[in-house]
Amino acid sequence: MDDMEVKIMESKNTAQEYIVSAIVEHRPGVLFRVSNLFRRRGFNIQSISVGPNEKKELARITITVNGDEKLVEQIVKQLRKLVEVVKVSILDTKNTVIRELALVKVAAPDYRAKTDIVNYAEIFKGLVVDVSHKSLTVEITGDPDKVDAFVNVVKPYGIKEIARTGITALQRGES
Amino acid sequence: MAVISGARALVEALEKRRVKVIFGIPGGAMLDICEALANSSIRTILTRHEQCAAHAADGYARASGKVGVCMATSGPGATNLVTGIATAYMDSSPIVALTGQVPRRLIGRDAFQEADIIGITCPITKHNFQVERASDIPLIIDKAFQIASSCRPGPVLVEIPKDVQTELADVEADRDPEDAFRQPNHAPHPLQVKRAVELLAAAERPMIIAGGGVIASNASQELLAVAELLMAPVATTLMGKGALPENHPLATGLLGMHGTVASNKLIQEADVVLAVGTRFSDRTTGKIDEFCPDAKIIHTDIDAAEIGKNVEADVPIVADAKKALQEIYKLLQTKIAKKERTTLMAKIKEFKEQLDGKANCESELKPPRLMVQIRQLLPEDAIITTEVGQNQMWAAIYLKVYKPRTFISSGGLGTMGFGFPASLGAKVAHPKVPVVDIAGDGSFIMTEQNLATSVEENIPVTVVVLNNSVLGMVAQWQRLFYNRRYFAVNLGRVPDFIKLAEAYGAQGFCVKSLEEFSSALKKAITSEVTTVIDVPISPEENVLPMVPPGKGLKWMIWK
Repeated sequence: MDDMEVKIMESKNTAQEYIVSAIVEHRPGVLFRVSNLFRRRGFNIQSISVGPNEKKELARITITVNGDEKLVEQIVKQLRKLVEVVKVSILDTKNTVIRELALVKVAAPDYRAKTDIVNYAEIFKGLVVDVSHKSLTVEITGDPDKVDAFVNVVKPYGIKEIARTGITALQRGES
Repeated sequence: MAVISGARALVEALEKRRVKVIFGIPGGAMLDICEALANSSIRTILTRHEQCAAHAADGYARASGKVGVCMATSGPGATNLVTGIATAYMDSSPIVALTGQVPRRLIGRDAFQEADIIGITCPITKHNFQVERASDIPLIIDKAFQIASSCRPGPVLVEIPKDVQTELADVEADRDPEDAFRQPNHAPHPLQVKRAVELLAAAERPMIIAGGGVIASNASQELLAVAELLMAPVATTLMGKGALPENHPLATGLLGMHGTVASNKLIQEADVVLAVGTRFSDRTTGKIDEFCPDAKIIHTDIDAAEIGKNVEADVPIVADAKKALQEIYKLLQTKIAKKERTTLMAKIKEFKEQLDGKANCESELKPPRLMVQIRQLLPEDAIITTEVGQNQMWAAIYLKVYKPRTFISSGGLGTMGFGFPASLGAKVAHPKVPVVDIAGDGSFIMTEQNLATSVEENIPVTVVVLNNSVLGMVAQWQRLFYNRRYFAVNLGRVPDFIKLAEAYGAQGFCVKSLEEFSSALKKAITSEVTTVIDVPISPEENVLPMVPPGKGLKWMIWK
């Protein structure tokens, strides 16, 4: 048992969002094993993102789950048993850089709407990545709250489509 | 380096792991492996159904402590293994399943006899491998055996596409198979050992629960030492049966839904519970909120995920059972002298008498008495396997086991049809020891076709069929909890088991009394011929004690 687990055993409280970060072998079928484990044990995935790690043979899977500490402890322990999972940690949200990317296609039938949306995009440090007669597509990056805020502000214009990546995250400083 | 085929590399890797026997059935996608096996030192035992191959490998593993190996072809062969693999997974039994697969270029195209066995067995194996290149085979086989047998043991599946079997590869001729992985250290954390010992030393009514982990890590001696130092009663789970000789004064027998009076009563009085190598299954704890609510629980298991999964532990110890018990004993003996607990010993004796006394003096052919009789007729090291249902629970409660690895039963998955093929595996592991499968007529019919394997391969075992023409345990539940509304449990005219045995070239006896039974069993174990003993019993028999489902252990019915 490492320190984190001891800490978890000591205080078990109510449901909240946790970010589980797993370093896994980068090979076919690993994501299947991880998601299968979640399904089999009845853990619900809020979001999941997968991408290469700094080492060619490894990948990082970032999963957000909603649950109490007991549940998250089980998730971590069960994940650690998978042969292709190298390392699992729960990220401390206060000390973690959390980012998500979203592409938001907003209805913009006239000049006025287009100007408004471009202005909002600027305030949120977003980029307009596509434009057509009837819509604008904005790329927005940030923590999920910032993405939510942008989506809310442009909602009145009519949102045609949204694609969100789900979060990816790294602990600050030396881990 | 030597250039050999994938199939040859596979067989050489198995020989290096000192595999002596494989249970299985070939098929189109296994032909090259079969050819390589034909030119090897490995004995291949042809079972009559792949499910039985997996159960036989499982029985072999549980009886011997070594990895059991089974094989099947692609598609239906592989899917037929699934129940056997799931059984091994639930009971943490080390088996390696080898399956064929269609050639690589056809994978994913719904080719003839293609099934995604990697996907299918993902949730019921510790790990599985699809071999992509013949040159990977030696390392994958080594890893498969390491994974199956290390930490908490369990099944591993290796799928070998047909064209990988014929592909030529350069393999290292003289590699050491032990190099694949280094065994991690499973020693307990000294701080947790200290906390555990403090609790145990101060305990007034300590109790030990021994699970399958004690047997898997061969920790019976260590368990006995701790139990005797504390003078603590030892209850076992179904998987832990045999961890302590059941004629030992401190052994209280099975705990849980069909636990003994002694185990189920004493656990409620305990103030400190030392649970070793058990996952606190619902069948062991009964209603979890009522499971020794006042006791401090020390939980030791090699699988960290088991700690806190079902029962909160006051002291968690993630360690191999043997090492944990050794460390606990070492520290405990510096703190306490051997305890005297005369009242407790008298109590255990009295509780045991209440159950066993009745079984012992019964003169009719009732199941509890039959279990006592079987024990008396068999040597101490004889191996008992069971099917699932009433037969299993009667054996678990009333048939005393004196040595670890001599009681083999499907605990977690509760697989009917497990016992007979498992008995074949056990007999192959220990050919000189009598092996008896305690069966019900419902279970035995599920895998009875392996009488052919038993006779043809000269693996003589004895099957005692408790024959009540009914699916007894389901009927018992319908009788007790569904107001006797029997449905889909009546087996009607079951086959004539004597003729059935004879049809396969085995011998059969039908017995009507205890004397007839004794002489039949004696004949069976001395004749070294596969034997089926048909024992008619009443379909109205209940297995008692019993805790009603969903209730706490204190609600045990036993009279």
